[in-house]
Amino acid sequence: MNNPAITKIDFKALKYIADGGAILGSGGGGDPYVGRLMAQQALGSNNTVAVIDIDELPDDALILPIAMMGAPTVMLEKFSSGEEIPKLISMMERFLGKKVAAILCIEAGGLNSTIPFIAAAQMQLPIVDGDAMGRAFPELQMVTFTLGGIQATPMAMMDEKGNGATFDTISNSWAEKLARALTIEMGGAAMVSLYPVTAAQCRNYLIRGSLTKAHRIGQIMAEHGANACAALVEEFDGTHLFQGRVRDVNRVSEGGFARGTVKLEGLGDFINREITLSFQNEFLIAREGDNVLATTPDLITLLDIFSGDAVTTELVKYGLPVNVLGLPCDPIWQSPQALEIVGPRYFKLDYDYKPI
Amino acid sequence: MIRVGIDVGGTNTDAVVMKNDEFLGGEKSPSTPDVYTGVELAVRGALARASINANQVDAVMLGTTHFVNALVERKRLANCGLIRMCLPSGSSLFPFADWPNELVEAINGTFHLVNGGYEMDGTEIAPLNEEQLLKAADELFEKGCRQIAISSVFATVRNDMEHEAKKLLQKKRPKIDVSLSCDIGRMGLLERENAAIINASLKPLAKEVVEAFQKLQGSVGFDCPLFFTRNDGTLIDASEVLRLPVLTFACGPTNSMRGAAYLSGIKDALVVDIGGTTTDVGEVINGFPRLAGTSVTVADVRTNFSMPDVLSIGLGGGSRIRPEQPLAIGPESVGHELLQRAYIFGGDVLTASDLAVSIGRAKMGTHAAPEIENADELKQLLDQIISDAVARTRTSDKQMPVIAVGGGSVLLGAQVDGLEVIRPPHHDLANAVGAAIAQISGEVSKVVSLSEELDRETAIAQITQEANEVAISRGADITSLSMLSLSDVPLSYLPGNNLAISVTVVGDLKMEQRK
Repeated sequence: MNNPAITKIDFKALKYIADGGAILGSGGGGDPYVGRLMAQQALGSNNTVAVIDIDELPDDALILPIAMMGAPTVMLEKFSSGEEIPKLISMMERFLGKKVAAILCIEAGGLNSTIPFIAAAQMQLPIVDGDAMGRAFPELQMVTFTLGGIQATPMAMMDEKGNGATFDTISNSWAEKLARALTIEMGGAAMVSLYPVTAAQCRNYLIRGSLTKAHRIGQIMAEHGANACAALVEEFDGTHLFQGRVRDVNRVSEGGFARGTVKLEGLGDFINREITLSFQNEFLIAREGDNVLATTPDLITLLDIFSGDAVTTELVKYGLPVNVLGLPCDPIWQSPQALEIVGPRYFKLDYDYKPI
Repeated sequence: MIRVGIDVGGTNTDAVVMKNDEFLGGEKSPSTPDVYTGVELAVRGALARASINANQVDAVMLGTTHFVNALVERKRLANCGLIRMCLPSGSSLFPFADWPNELVEAINGTFHLVNGGYEMDGTEIAPLNEEQLLKAADELFEKGCRQIAISSVFATVRNDMEHEAKKLLQKKRPKIDVSLSCDIGRMGLLERENAAIINASLKPLAKEVVEAFQKLQGSVGFDCPLFFTRNDGTLIDASEVLRLPVLTFACGPTNSMRGAAYLSGIKDALVVDIGGTTTDVGEVINGFPRLAGTSVTVADVRTNFSMPDVLSIGLGGGSRIRPEQPLAIGPESVGHELLQRAYIFGGDVLTASDLAVSIGRAKMGTHAAPEIENADELKQLLDQIISDAVARTRTSDKQMPVIAVGGGSVLLGAQVDGLEVIRPPHHDLANAVGAAIAQISGEVSKVVSLSEELDRETAIAQITQEANEVAISRGADITSLSMLSLSDVPLSYLPGNNLAISVTVVGDLKMEQRK
């Protein structure tokens, strides 16, 4: 990547980041539409949010990731009050006995790629150019911070009525369990801050430059439209894995996740070939028979052939013609230790990770 | 029973006369700026061909593009405001977010947020505050809004608060006309309130349109009720159009799909309606169009009321062709000037109709088809464009026929995407036929709490009975009622066993025996 890092975000940049975030969502992470509109409102038409490099912060600076947790349908109906984030941040500050210096995206893909901009705009805080996934993943512990033994808690949660809670748990799976239960009591969705980190901790595990990357992807999509796939392959060392038409979608809802498979029948250069994609919220593997084309943690994203827009796993439907784009994951995910939490076998797929 | 179906489109106005299941006659006439003239010509022509007097007609069914055109052209829209019942939630995303500025200006769009709304389980976020609501309405009124839309959070789960607010305003502020989000849209607050605002902005125009057609009824000599067709292919009384004009918004494609299914006698099929400039592709299931599952963008505004899932592409009989590389067909079109400008009509523009004649798919025109360079490749491209649209509309690999309707349907070959193409008789009048055969519906949505005394089956039966009663009150024949759709969704995360049940029934229009 030779693009200059972005240093501020305005309306237009926000749109690029939301569109790029949909690509980095790798088919999951939810629709960034409502999140983008909320961030626009928080930003106002004439303001900007500052984007900084992690190295601009001193070692002990406190960085807070902000995200939405809960059921997507609730987020489409009951919007937050706009007062959750300031309250959430002051709770975390009290808990940690320290002032926050910057905001962070926990995941660069989907809805949560836009929520932290609301926080940055409201609090007049800078946002760090990076995230803890480089994409979207379905579970709370699937962040680079886990590799550094960093805990999800202390964690704070706030609803639109002004009710707040903090969590201090013995493990990240307890954090997931208790937070999920309280989210339901709060009406199905809540704003959270978790994985508080110092700049020193962050430096070792942050996936750097992911906002710049999302922004650049959005820009390329706007410039190239239907031809975005080829341009993205070129710029990000990706692979054009396949071009085809959806000929089968098989969905099952299991343990709170949307799982399933998609069959594609080749078009153009890929005619007379057929591939199968499996997903759990995000696309996990692309196979042609037993030949693996790409697997998690590399990104597998579908783009509508005509519009060039990202197609989420919820929107995949019979007959849709798509390009399948493979993008390499951040190298931090390629270690054996990392593959244990995000590799194909974690998702019960009996294949080895094969980098693209 | 004798019915007249009328479809007022942007280019043509079609009218047909049907006697029960029999097609008696039809007429196509160019739409005119004053609307009347075109409609009157088409209606009189259709009656003459059918040898029927206006006073023999039992019902007139009308589908019109007036409302969607007003919105697209941003003309003849009323000033309106929105009151959203949501506080303390909701302030992070205000109404009118993502609307095109010029449309907000065209309706002088403005809003207030007040206390209220529900959680997903139907408990109140906050109770309705009468004083606050009246104050908000007064402020909007002072800004020039006589039309007010009201939305509340999770009105799809419980709509009591919206109805309560409407009652209050009707009583205390009778000069204000109210539209409710729960009458129009589905899950998704922003999209639902967008639909309610659009409805509010169309109400004065609805009054004009209804009055105009009532006048026309007199001048033609009809002595029978007038109905409008809705987006879902059922009928709505003229008085209901005054209240909910937005429900008739997308009736054009619906009527054409319903008409296609009816004329061909096939109830499950894909329908390709090719006009002069665009092609609409949709699917009919049991004679009704498949509805869009997610949001629909109308005139650049995201909404989510029930609309047929239609894919529109820029291909029609008048599409211009570029015969040199890179080859192209459409989206530019000569539109209604086809009869002057195409080669086959003595003009000098190469159109898709010229191609159809030249490759032997159609016989039409006053002049010979031109020699077309790359005709084989263009034929392939034409088939590719239509196949793509059909493939995108299919929801499974089930073999089903493709019904081709509309003046431009001659562009189609014998097969599309591996499916057989059927061109029924009177296919160029499918829209008006679809209007003429429209039925009466009744729909009821409710959240019920299941118990030992009330099991799921009993609850569904009760709500179906209520839906039947709604349909009968609208004029449906009790013996013809059948269920069109049923959904029951458990509301999770709740103590107790709550079910959101929604039932729609349809039946034939009941007519008093007359004459």
